[in-house]
Amino acid sequence: MTHTEEDIKFEQRVSRSILSSRQTAAIGEAGKTGTWRTMKPILHDEKCIVVKSGKPSCFLCWMFCPEISVSRTIPPVFDYDYCKGCGVCANECPTQAIEMIPEKENPSCESNEGGK
Amino acid sequence: MVIKVKDLPEEEYILPGTRMCSGCGLQIAYRWALKALGPNTIVCNPASCSTVTGGVGGYTPIKVPVMYNCFETVAAHASGVSAALAAKKKDKEIVVVAWAGDGGTYDIGIQGLSGAAERRSNFIYVCYNNQAYMNTGIQRSSATPFGAKTTTTPIIGKAQVNKNMFKIMRAHGLSYIATCATGYPQDLFEKFKKAREFNGKGVRYIEILSSCPPGWGHKVNESVEVTKKAVESGYWPLMEVIEGKLVISNPSKKYIDKSKRKDVRKYLKMQSRFKHFTEDDFKVWEEYIDDLWKELGWELEKQGDL
Ligand SMILES: Cc1ncc(C[n+]2csc(CCOP(=O)(O)OP(=O)(O)O)c2C)c(N)n1
Ligand code: SF4
Ligand code: SF4
Ligand code: SF4
Ligand SMILES: [Mg+2]
Repeated sequence: MTHTEEDIKFEQRVSRSILSSRQTAAIGEAGKTGTWRTMKPILHDEKCIVVKSGKPSCFLCWMFCPEISVSRTIPPVFDYDYCKGCGVCANECPTQAIEMIPEKENPSCESNEGGK
Repeated sequence: MVIKVKDLPEEEYILPGTRMCSGCGLQIAYRWALKALGPNTIVCNPASCSTVTGGVGGYTPIKVPVMYNCFETVAAHASGVSAALAAKKKDKEIVVVAWAGDGGTYDIGIQGLSGAAERRSNFIYVCYNNQAYMNTGIQRSSATPFGAKTTTTPIIGKAQVNKNMFKIMRAHGLSYIATCATGYPQDLFEKFKKAREFNGKGVRYIEILSSCPPGWGHKVNESVEVTKKAVESGYWPLMEVIEGKLVISNPSKKYIDKSKRKDVRKYLKMQSRFKHFTEDDFKVWEEYIDDLWKELGWELEKQGDL
């Protein structure tokens, strides 16, 4: 069976339509997931191991956060745009330096659109 | 030596703001697996919660290429992608990963997986095991453990013990097999690095015990703690089989000694799927753990490692 001009055109059309379904990597694919939060993590610097020692050591909060919303910096900083408030970081912090407080002003869901 | 947290790489391959539930264990596993494998990775992914993670519409939080396939075909798909890379002489630099749930592995994908393993197709197969069909609303799978309530085992919980996938994969004589858990990202990171080094040596199988707050009924903040408890009770041994040789991983080593194992009730009582348990149910679990370690112990002894 030979590959005709028409076959090639057909294949090109199919591959173009496959390529057009390609997705672009973007932060906030599900919108500002910080709007999901009912509890909010806050850091008590005076209890945090890396703040107290000034050395990069512990960072378990950074390692365990499912949402990649804690930075590996001194002090660790939360990304409230995307932190879902699960509390895993607070639960795993060896010195209870992270406290979960009720989220009073849960931002409106207006910004909850994908791909920003 | 376990890698230090400060020595783990900074680069992320999943971007924040994903569709996964708050406190999802799968997200911890996925994040650290991709961090270990790096940018030259192609993921093949069947229907599951991890597919939803890939995003809808024109955007995705995942920075490496992900290709979706039909539920039962992930191993066949990954075999094809890795063969294509080999034909293009790109198989050394690019690693192929089949990333599937327990439903996609233990049940619907097992035939394809077994075939790929026997053919020595070249990719890493990952089963993140959250012990049910979570994405469609917590239906029982053959990975669901004894007694667990699911939406299809709603009254007394599952009456059967789960399939032993680890042994099934061992029977295929793979070059590398490992178990991981969401409570131990450093251990997981190192195992994925190792699996990558076995590139060219057929299928490498990694199974991750993956916590799931809505499916297991533990608190959202306990996604790490719960699988730590699973390991500490001896229920989920972290281990590897490297070219046929069994190696118990560091976090699980001390639990070879039965007296060091913590009460499995601590693990079970954190989760509402086991809330109805009676003393008899707890006994089934205790026996399961005893039998598991008896067998592992025999093997370690035979190898001269005990
Ligand atoms: C052939 C086929 N049957 C059923 C489905 C519906 N389906 C989509 S995801 C899913 C559950 C997958 O369970 P698992 O592999 O354990 O992954 P999890 O959702 O738990 O992460 C099911 C049944 C499908 N997509 N294709
Ligand atoms: S672990 Fe949970 S609560 Fe803590 S920063 Fe991450 S998303 Fe927020
Ligand atoms: S886990 Fe706690 S002590 Fe460690 S770096 Fe994070 S906040 Fe500081
Ligand atoms: S149902 Fe479970 S596995 Fe699926 S996204 Fe939610 S927490 Fe993760
Ligand atoms: Mg599942």
